[in-house]
Formats: sequence, structure tokens, C-alpha cells
Amino acid sequence: MRTALFSDRLVVAVAIIVALVTFAIGIGNLAFPPGSVLHVPTYVVSLSGKYLCYALLALGIDLVWGYGGILSLGHGVFFGLGGYAMGMHLMRLIGPRGVYGHAVLPDFMVFLNWKELPWYWYGFDSFAFAMLMAMLVPGLLAFGFGFLAFRARVSGVYLSIITQALTFATMLAFFRNDMGFGGNNGLTDFRELLGFSLRTDEMRVGLLWASGVAVLLGLAVCRLMVASRFGKVLLAVRDAEARVRFLGYRPESYKLVALVVSAVMAGIAGALYVPQVGIINPSEFAPMNSIEAVIWVAVGGRGTLAGAVVGAVAVNLLKTFFTTRLPEIWLFALGGLFILVTLLIPRGIVGGIVTAERRRAVGAAPIAGPA
Amino acid sequence: MVARWGTAGHSPGVPSLCTAGRAVRRIVATLAILLGLAAPAAAQGGVQGEAIRALATTNFDELARAVERLALSGEPNALGIVEALRDGTLLFRQADRAVFWRDAQGRMRDAATGEVAEGVAPAALRPLRVNNRVRRAIDATIGALSLSNPDPRVRLAAAERVFRSRDPDAIPALDAQLARETEARVRHAMEAARAAAVLGSAMADDAKLAAVALIARRGDLEARNLLAGLAGVSEAVAQAAAAGVAAIDRRQAMLRIVQDIYYGISLGSVLLLAAIGLAVTFGTMGVINMAHGEMVMLGAYTTFVVQEAMRRNAPWLLDWSLAFAVPLAFLVSALAGALVERLIIRFLYGRPLETLLATFGLSLVLQQAVRTIFGPNNREVGNPSWMSGAFELGGVLVTWNRLWIIVFSMIVLFGLMLVLRRTAFGLAMRAVTQNRRMAGSMGIRTPWVDCMTFALGSGVAGLAGVALSQIDNVSPNLGQSYIIDSFMVVVFGGVGNLWGTLVAAMTLGIVNKLLEPIAGAVLGKIVVLLLLVLFIQRKPRGLFPLKGRAVES
Amino acid sequence: MTTQQGDTLLYLDGVTVTFDGFRALNTLSLVLTAGEMRAVIGPNGAGKTTMMDVITGRTRPDAGKAIFGDGHDLTRLDEPAIAALGIGRKFQKPTVFETQTVEDNVLLALEGDRRARRAFRFASTLPERERIDQILETVHLSNHRERLAGGLSHGQKQWLEIGMLLAQDPELLLVDEPVAGMTDAETEETSQLLVEINRSHSILVVEHDIAFVRALGVKVTCLHEGSVLAEGSIDHVSANPRVIEVYLGR
Repeated sequence: MRTALFSDRLVVAVAIIVALVTFAIGIGNLAFPPGSVLHVPTYVVSLSGKYLCYALLALGIDLVWGYGGILSLGHGVFFGLGGYAMGMHLMRLIGPRGVYGHAVLPDFMVFLNWKELPWYWYGFDSFAFAMLMAMLVPGLLAFGFGFLAFRARVSGVYLSIITQALTFATMLAFFRNDMGFGGNNGLTDFRELLGFSLRTDEMRVGLLWASGVAVLLGLAVCRLMVASRFGKVLLAVRDAEARVRFLGYRPESYKLVALVVSAVMAGIAGALYVPQVGIINPSEFAPMNSIEAVIWVAVGGRGTLAGAVVGAVAVNLLKTFFTTRLPEIWLFALGGLFILVTLLIPRGIVGGIVTAERRRAVGAAPIAGPA
Repeated sequence: MVARWGTAGHSPGVPSLCTAGRAVRRIVATLAILLGLAAPAAAQGGVQGEAIRALATTNFDELARAVERLALSGEPNALGIVEALRDGTLLFRQADRAVFWRDAQGRMRDAATGEVAEGVAPAALRPLRVNNRVRRAIDATIGALSLSNPDPRVRLAAAERVFRSRDPDAIPALDAQLARETEARVRHAMEAARAAAVLGSAMADDAKLAAVALIARRGDLEARNLLAGLAGVSEAVAQAAAAGVAAIDRRQAMLRIVQDIYYGISLGSVLLLAAIGLAVTFGTMGVINMAHGEMVMLGAYTTFVVQEAMRRNAPWLLDWSLAFAVPLAFLVSALAGALVERLIIRFLYGRPLETLLATFGLSLVLQQAVRTIFGPNNREVGNPSWMSGAFELGGVLVTWNRLWIIVFSMIVLFGLMLVLRRTAFGLAMRAVTQNRRMAGSMGIRTPWVDCMTFALGSGVAGLAGVALSQIDNVSPNLGQSYIIDSFMVVVFGGVGNLWGTLVAAMTLGIVNKLLEPIAGAVLGKIVVLLLLVLFIQRKPRGLFPLKGRAVES
Repeated sequence: MTTQQGDTLLYLDGVTVTFDGFRALNTLSLVLTAGEMRAVIGPNGAGKTTMMDVITGRTRPDAGKAIFGDGHDLTRLDEPAIAALGIGRKFQKPTVFETQTVEDNVLLALEGDRRARRAFRFASTLPERERIDQILETVHLSNHRERLAGGLSHGQKQWLEIGMLLAQDPELLLVDEPVAGMTDAETEETSQLLVEINRSHSILVVEHDIAFVRALGVKVTCLHEGSVLAEGSIDHVSANPRVIEVYLGR
């Protein structure tokens, strides 16, 4: 097991970098006063935390796409549901400090003239319950969806389109006020978490570190899964699903496990994301977001795990740069990236490195299988 | 006789004195003779008849009787005079009991002829005042006079008024007119009006029962309100009325369903247009073109540009701008498609998921390009006059633009089928689809066929854009809003089958519209999406799957 | 595995499969006894591959029976369930897991618990490694165990797939055109290997190469248009005038 965990040198390298950078940013923000050369501004802390949440989401996508061949264009639905679970918890914690000052009801419910809390909001005042839901709800949705889809042998582009429809339908549903999730505006105006104000630097660094730990754990879990016998079967399913069946395996159960794990990771990512950006609304479910997450993985290199993290951070750095400096150009750049990556570096950044290494070592065949 | 009535040449609405022409006067005179009334020789040349002069009184009872007499007098301007009385613009000269009418410009006109009466001193005139008794007489008279008006539209409106007022006093006038009425529509309305009046009268139950049955047959909401609001009638009539209400409700529910189905077909034809190009590229080439929606958008913007160019350079052709937009949109989108195929898609054959990503990137680039050129706001594309407006068909409202889009989608579908089945290119395309290598070795230039197929699919998307510009906002996001639906249609219908695409588009459109009143628009859409997801679990290859060896490879 | 030598292992009766009106199998009947090796020949489109699809659960027949061993109805089971019963299959086009090593390919095929929740194991056990050694030895791939299967030659892939069949250790092996694209020497070796495997397994082999079938020296079934045209020794079948007409040619 130890060899399985540490045998992929690139994954280890990325894990070390994530750990070091995350730690350094936190220390730089807290230990050095503003004005010091070594001070890291608070907005960088929040931005880094956001990137790490994206990286965790990307890891989940890489697990199902890179290893299982399931191109989900709807992972935003799991991310968003995790985010809403956390958002609901944060809403409950506002308590009577809302604009309308109602003891229990969040502002938007008072505004809608609701008299009592809907049943599905019960329990979210407990942090543990909310975190459980942030994993359980995406997990269950993935299980239900995957169970039906994989059993019916829906695969390839058909599956991709259905996942897109799934997140699209969820978006439409969450836009409705009577769903009880704040409609268009979503959930926002959060104040505190675990007794600490969300606006302090300590809290922001704490969330950043929590996100860093989550990414490291995600890397470890994925690495263990793909290095085990499970991972070998999953890879075989990706490359020749029919053949795997004739060997007596049930590809659907392998794919289902991978999808559920991946959805839970996305849910955790969403739950960590919401307190750091301060809002969750239905636009998180937009198909565009899910597809953008897929392109992070493609850029980084699918089927490498390390690539998911690298890609998520790299593309989002680029996005931050463009949307602040040249907002007009961003969609051209993102669109161009989609096209160029698929045409010119189909294995992504990390995938390219792996192939080059392997070629040096063995002089053998490609690592990335058919999409 | 009837024909002559029809040629009386009235403008719509209740005629005023000004419009009461000579023909009318002749007809009303004829009518009076037919009615067996002693028509006093119509006063020609400004000498007013006794019936008019009788109005010159300040006694309300006398005035009311005079109004009723006027209705039967056959006086050609009777309707105009009574209306003027109602509006308070009728005056009389005490001295000779001559009656005048003040027009909108304040000039005095002779009540009988409608000609401007020169030299009449306004000071010598007194306005005619009315009380409730007179007002009732006026209403009844106007109703009766309108019922016998030569213009069928006026008669229809009068009948509708009686239907609403349920005035039993109108029964004799209705009976008189019904005896002669030959216009079917007017006749129906009058029968219903008479029945309503019967219900408002103190007539016997069997007459009322017949009336209830007749009104129930009319079947619209007014009839329902009338029957539902019936009070002070016997048990039997009340029961019949309740049954009538139930029957009308059933009919209305049916009508609503028919209307929803029409909306559904209309939505289905839009979906069909958006999906049909996709059916070509995805269905026959297996290429997932996420930029398909943007090809639709290009078509819509082409329509916009064509229309703007005509507005500036050839406004007289504006009504026909679509005729130019259709081929241009096809060409623009087809050219874009051919370029995309040569520059991107051809490197990705056999890698569907990567094609999906690359074309998605392309869709972003195209959207942003259009946003940069045309701005982010919605662009207005006008409907030509022949596509504006609506008409009613058996209680169902049919809008012209929707109807034309249904027709257009069918033309596109069958045109495409014709191309695929009857042309050499279609044959080559099917050959390449079925066995690329064999087709290649038989001398078909497969790369060229691929390129042309993709161009064809994109061109059809451009056509869809022309249609969508007529019912939707033309904005850079136009394509995005249709892409998921279009994929659903293709997947639902089964890949590689245009009939399947047709059935799927219509089914989705109709189910969507039928669900909307029950579940609401958004929830309806969600339900449809979920139903589709469930359907694909059951039949992963769609409604009309291909079978056999071809599927496996 | 309860079937004894000489018992009926596979029983097909009246199997019919239709694709869009085309009868790929037309009331096909075939009986295979335990321990037997049977060669199936026939022209293209005779239904050989469709027959294998039916036996392995890939295609559901429209009519007919397909019974395996002591009463398992193959028409009601799916591929993994049939594989678990002990029917292994080698495809016409060699299908190995190209992005994994030769060793892992065999490892995946080794018999054992196939359930996902049992798959979170890392190192292979000693008996597993010994068995892999033995199989790779048999199929002459011992020197290639660390290579990616995608880098093997066509013939080597064929052999790897046979190795995977051995690892699966099924009661019945369905082998579709095992020597297509092989050199004469490789063909010779393959036929020896099949005879060797036949000592402990029943085999149904589809092959076009008549010389190969003759070398196997087993009972032959000739299919034509979805049903059995002739059955018996290779000499008997190849003397049949109908067989000559539709398949062997004059």
C-alpha cells in the first residue's frame, strides 16, 4: 500500500508543492505584517483557496474520465450541491443577525413570507450534519444516476450529454424560489463558521489550509484507488469495456464506485469553496462551469492525477489574469485553449511529461488510451 | 337581396349619420315594406317626417314612445338619430319641432338627411334630455335597429350584445331578423342571443330548456358564465344549466389541449429545425458538434444583417428579406461548417469526446466573436407582414409566424431527405457512413464527403437560425439555449434516422407544452429532461435504433 | 464444475437471431460434449460470430434454447454472469488492455472474486505470481511481462489473449480465428497449444484456415446462412457437395 501511494513520482511532487505553497501562503499572510516584503495579501489567500477547491473538483473528474473513460459534463452538480449544503449551514448560523432579524428563518424566506423552516433545512444548524450532507447528497445523486445509466450501458457521448442535461435541469430547479434555496440570488451574507467570523485573516488561512489538506487527501485516495486492482479494472473498462465483461467483471459496479467517490470529492470541494467566496447560487450548476472543469483536466493531462491539480491551477491563474486585465479576450483564450489542447497536446501538460519519460525508459506505447 | 346587402359598403362598427348613404336608405325602405309597415313617404329635401318630429318633446314618456315609434318608422337615419339622442347631441327647435344633430365640429346637421343645416341659430335650439325610461327605449331601439343592419358585422355585434344583456325585449326583433337571416355566423349568434333572452324572460320552462341546450352548444366561456350565473329559474332548468356548464367545461378543456398541442407542434418544429442539422453531423458522422448552436446563431445574425441592409438600401423589399436571408444564412453557416471541418474536426475523427471539447471551445470563440462585432445586446429582427398576426381556427388561436415555421421546418426536413436519398452526394454520404474504407476504395473522395456533410449539417443549422430570428431574441447566446434540447432530440430519436428526429422533436415539443399548464414552464422542462434521462436508460439507442453489425463497430 | 467427461456441456437448439429482418442465425442447433474440441467453419455471414455472441450473452436470441452445463439458461444471463459460469472468449480481433502491462493483463484475467468491493488490493499474492509466470511461459511472453500490451506485435497479442483465457481457466473456451495474421510457424504452435489446452478444457474454435482445422483433427461443424450445413470429420465435411458449393469452392 505504501508503494502504491508513493510510487507515482509526479503525484508525490505535486502533493509536496501543494503542501509547501499552501503553508507558505498562510504563514506569509499571518506572520508578516502588511508592508513587509514577505507579506501575502489576504485576497491571494482566498484566491489560492478557491484554486485548491477547483483542483479537488478536477481530481474527481480525472478519476472518472482519465481512468474510467466517463466524460462527465455535469460534475458542477455535485460541486454545487456540496456548496449548497455548506451554504445552508452558514445561513443557519446567521441566526437573528439577518436583515429581517428573524430568529430561525433566513432572510430570503422571510422575504417570501414563509412562516416556518422547510423540513429539508432541519439539522443544517449542525456543522457535522451539514458536512455529512455535503458528501451524502452528491454521493447519493451519483449513485442513483450512475446505477441507472451504467446498468443501461449508456456510455460515451450519450452519457456526457445526459450529465449535461442533469446539471442543466438542476440549475433550472434551483432558480425557482419555491425550491427553498434562495432562488436566483442563492445563499449569501454569511457571517461565521465554527464560531469564527469568516472575515478574519485567520479564518481565511484556516480555510485555505483545510482546502490544501483536502487536496492532499484527495490525491492520496485517488492514487490508492488507481494503483489497486480496482484501478487496473477501471482502466481496462476505459479501454475495452466489452472485453472486461467477458472476463466476468461487471464494469457498471466499478464505474459506479468511481463516480460516487468522484462526486463525494466534488461535494467536499464545493463545501470548502462556498465560505471562501462567500456565495453560492444556481449559476454554479451552469453546464458551462462543468465543461470548464473538464478542460482543466484536459490541459493538465487526464489519467495522471497530478495533471488535474496542475491544470486546475494553471487555467484558473490564466482566467484570473485575463478576466482582470483583458476581460474581452478571456472567452477567446479559453475557447482557443480547448481547441489547441485537444488538437496539439491531447495528453495535456503532465501527460506529455509522463509519455516522454516512459519513452526514455522503455521505448514503448502510449499511456493515454482512447478518449 | 342578400347580395345587395353585402355590397352596401359599410365601414366596420356602428354607422353614424355620415356613413348612412343612399343605398342604405333604399334598403331600409325596402325592409320597412317587407315588414309590412306603413312607411310614410320619406321626407325628401329637408322636410322631416312625423316620426322624427315626434322626438321634439320635453316629456320623457312621450319621448320614450317617440323613440320606439321611430324604430318602426323606417326612417333611414333612425339608428344615427337614436344614437345621437343617447350621446346627448340631439337638439330640437321649439318653434317648428325640427330636430337637429350636432356633429363633432359643432355644426348643426339636419337629423333626417345628415346635411349641414345652414343658418340655424344655436340659441333657438334646446337639447333633448333623457331619463332611465328613455334610455331603456334607446337601448332596445339601437339593439333592434342594429339587428336589422345591412352590415353582417354590425348584426353580429348586436346579437352578441343581446346575448350578454339577456334582454327579453329583444326577442321580437330577433325573431323578425331570424326569419330572414341567411348569414350562418350571424344566424348562430342570433339564435344564441334569442336563447339568452328567453332565459332572461318569464317564458315557460320548455322554452327555457331548449334555450339552455342551445347555449350549451355554443360552448364558449360567455355561454358558460351565462349558464353558471342563471338565477331564479325552476329546478329542471337549473339542472339542465349545470349539465350545460359541465359540457362546456369539457369542451373548453379539450380546446385547451388542442391549443397546447398546437403550441407543442410549434415548439417541436423549432426543436426539429435546431436538431436536424445535428442529426446529420452527429447521426451520420458521429461528430459531436457543440458549436452547432453557434451555427444556428450565425444564421440568425445573417438574417439580421440582410434585413438591416435592405432597410437601408431597398426598403421596398423589406417584406421579402427572408427570401434572401434563407439562402444566405445557409451559405454562411455551411461555409463556417466547412472551415471548421477542415481546420479542427478532421483531426479528431474517431475521438468523439475530444471533438466535443474542441467544438465547445469553438462555440466560445464564435460567441465572443459575435459579441465583439454586434455587441452583447439582443438584436431586433422584424417579422414581415405576412408572418405577423394571428387567426382563429375552431377556437384555437393560430399565429402566422408559428405556422410558417412549422411549414418551413417540414420543407427543410423533406428537402434534406430528398438530398440524402435522391442525389449523388447523398448516396456518397450514406456510403461513407456505412463503410468508409469500402467507399474510399470505390473512388469516393471521403475527406471531401466529410467536409460537405459537415457543411450541409451546419447550413441546415443556419436555416434554423433564420426561423429562430422570427420568434426569439437574436443574441450571442441564442445557440446555447438550444444546444442541449437539440442533442436530446437526436439522442431520443435515435442516431442516423431523420424520421426519428421528427418524431422525437414533435413528442418533446408536445409533451413539454402539455406539461406546462400542470407543472409550470420551468418544472415542465425539468420533468421532460428527467423523463428523457429515464428513457435513455431503457432504450440507450433512442426510439429508432440501428441494429446489427454496423452498431458494434 | 460438475460436468463429467462425455456429458453435454453446451446445448443450442433452434436458436434464431434476426437483425432488421436479416436472419443471422436460423434455427441453429449444436451440441458440444464436455472435453470436446469443435471447429466451426463457414463462409462470411454464416453466423459464426453471432453464435458466439449468443453463447456469451452479448446477443439475445429471438427464439431457441441455449443451455450450458447442468441447466444454466444462457439466454437469461448477461456477459459477466456467463463468464463466471466458466465460458471464456477470445475475439476475432485481438482485444487486450493496451495501456496496461502484459503481466497486468493476465492478472486481470486470473480467476478470483470479480466484485468491485473486493478489488481494493495492491500487491498480487505469491500463488497469483506463480500462476502468471506459468502462463506467460506457456504463451512465450515471459520476456515481455513489463511491456505495455499495446506495444506487442499482432501475433503476440493473439497469444496474450490466449494466455488471458488460460488465466481465466474457463470450462469452455470460445476461440474466434486464433491464427488470423499469424506466420506458419506461429499457426503450428497455436494448434499445438489448443490441443494442449483441450486436455483440461472444452473448446469451440472458429477458423477459416482449413489446414489449421485439419491439423487440429477434431469434429467440424460447417455453418451456412445461420444454420448447420454439415457436421462430422473434416474429410466428411469437406466432401459434402453443398459445403464445397457454398464455402470451399471448386
